Amino acid sequence: MLPEVRRKRVRAIVALLSVLTVIAMVAFMTLGAKGSWSFILSFRGAKLAALVLVAFSIAVSTVLFQTIMENRIVTPSIMGFDALYVLLQTVLVFAIGAGRLSAMDPFLLFLIEAGMLMLFSNLLYRWILAGAARSPHLLMLVGIVFGILFRSLSSFLQRILDPSEFLILQDRMFASFNAVDTSLLGIAGVVVAIVTVIILRMLPVFDVVALGRNHATALGVDHNRTIMFTLALISVLIAVSTALVGPVTFFGLLVANLAYLILPTSRHAVVLPVATLIAVVTLVGGQVILERVFAFDTALSIIIEFVGGLVFILLVVRGAAR
Amino acid sequence: MIAVEKITKTYGSSVVVDGVSITLPKGGVTSIIGPNGAGKSTLLSMVGRFLSADSGTITVGGLDVTKTPSDELAKRLAVLRQDNHLAVRLTVRDLVSFGRYPHSKGRYTVEDERHVNEAIAMLGLSGLADRFLDELSGGQRQRAFVAMVICQDTEYVLLDEPLNNLDIKHAVEIMRLVQQAARRLNKTMVVVLHDINMASTFSDVIVAMKNGQIVASGSPAEIIQPDLLSQIYETEIKVVPVGSRLVAIY
Ligand SMILES: Nc1ncnc2c1ncn2[C@@H]1O[C@H](COP(=O)(O)OP(=O)(O)OP(=O)(O)O)[C@@H](O)[C@H]1O
Ligand SMILES: [Mg+2]
Repeated sequence: MLPEVRRKRVRAIVALLSVLTVIAMVAFMTLGAKGSWSFILSFRGAKLAALVLVAFSIAVSTVLFQTIMENRIVTPSIMGFDALYVLLQTVLVFAIGAGRLSAMDPFLLFLIEAGMLMLFSNLLYRWILAGAARSPHLLMLVGIVFGILFRSLSSFLQRILDPSEFLILQDRMFASFNAVDTSLLGIAGVVVAIVTVIILRMLPVFDVVALGRNHATALGVDHNRTIMFTLALISVLIAVSTALVGPVTFFGLLVANLAYLILPTSRHAVVLPVATLIAVVTLVGGQVILERVFAFDTALSIIIEFVGGLVFILLVVRGAAR
Repeated sequence: MIAVEKITKTYGSSVVVDGVSITLPKGGVTSIIGPNGAGKSTLLSMVGRFLSADSGTITVGGLDVTKTPSDELAKRLAVLRQDNHLAVRLTVRDLVSFGRYPHSKGRYTVEDERHVNEAIAMLGLSGLADRFLDELSGGQRQRAFVAMVICQDTEYVLLDEPLNNLDIKHAVEIMRLVQQAARRLNKTMVVVLHDINMASTFSDVIVAMKNGQIVASGSPAEIIQPDLLSQIYETEIKVVPVGSRLVAIY
């Protein structure tokens, strides 16, 4: 395909997605509004901001993870990252108690949780992923095993937890797309802004890393250090999205692969924004359609997971792992 | 100058590169020949800092490859590896442009653009520049990877079997390109070859490896000898002078 044709196609895709995004956002803010506008706007505005932050975090962390793993099937959530985040939360409630946890500075708490997630991803990579990355099937297996392990540990701890503490925990963890935890919005916004600035500066590096370890080394990129650093960024983004809406398994896979499918280029300067826009349109638009048009309540996450799961199976069957 | 000193690499109990020491002078074409599994690619991988040696030191233009920052080295040394699998889908032009990364770090200038176009033209890929790599033949793809390395425009260039999949015309063209880079621009070109006659025709120095060791090195006239070649390849090889050249027949 000629570069000019490709550029036009990219521009058309970005324009279309931007229009869809704006439509979805406006509909989200205004459709079915009853009562005081100032209340509705600030209430819905906070929810909208949270959904956008989640969409960004999931889309970007998934694409970057797939870049460093050189694999388009595994995602941080399939590797058990957000199951671990839930486990961390449970352990914290268990160890400190939900009451004292709620009294803690949410910013500090978030930093601790994000920090522990970073530590985990670092260890996971050192011990397993570096070797397993050569075999995509092993990688998936490791991820699924970790996910099950973390989830079982969490549910074990939750079972022996005091019922009132469990309720508080449940509130924190099983937030869904229409029950967003907006108290963390400020922190999430700041964190995402910082991560965005870092990612913008690293865009060409990600393009080189996507070529694989050997090509990246030949071109002078310190592959190991870049991967460790990128994993830290990914951990922060996972912490943001899980803190806001709880664990979501297949959404990242869905938006990342849609972006790869429609784009005629694999440059991160294009893929990252497009995957983010797709994620925003899906989340905000889906929320509008389900909540306002059909008046379903918790269905969006189920539908997204269902479609994402189908895509996952399709990718595995088609052998996109290699 | 590339200086390799007592380099050893073992996998488990098998010694793949066995205490190799060799000095390749700056400027000129050096060919490395030897049978499959001789350790040629392993040696080249260690010079290109893809693989760490168990012991020994390697310097390229005075820079120790294990201690010099990778991005510094990438401005002096370019490497084409034997196996070039890519996980992403790229066009020829995209791929060749990556050769400029060590110099421009992703902010491509007009100068970079010129290098890219030159490299594409030099490898006869002008008509294919906007094709995706998976839409090319094996030889065309191989040339695209060579173009990327040429585009990096470094003093030192290592090519591991650059003639893989190439027809005679393109093989000869690449060897001429290698020779010109050495003659005109005083670059140091190191090429792993399986075609002894290409090595005989285009090199200043030939290094012969077998079982992880260097069994002989010298000018083509010294290395293209029937006894030596027969022993290295464990096949009867005759050598016939044709004009000013030595031609091996097997
Ligand atoms: N990762 C590895 N683990 C174990 N053994 C290896 C590994 N890589 C290479 N070897 C062994 O090291 C030896 C040298 O391999 P190398 O690739 O350097 O050979 P070569 O001279 O380049 O051969 P060819 O002409 O086939 O490319 C071979 O016997 C090979 O089996
Ligand atoms: Mg080899």
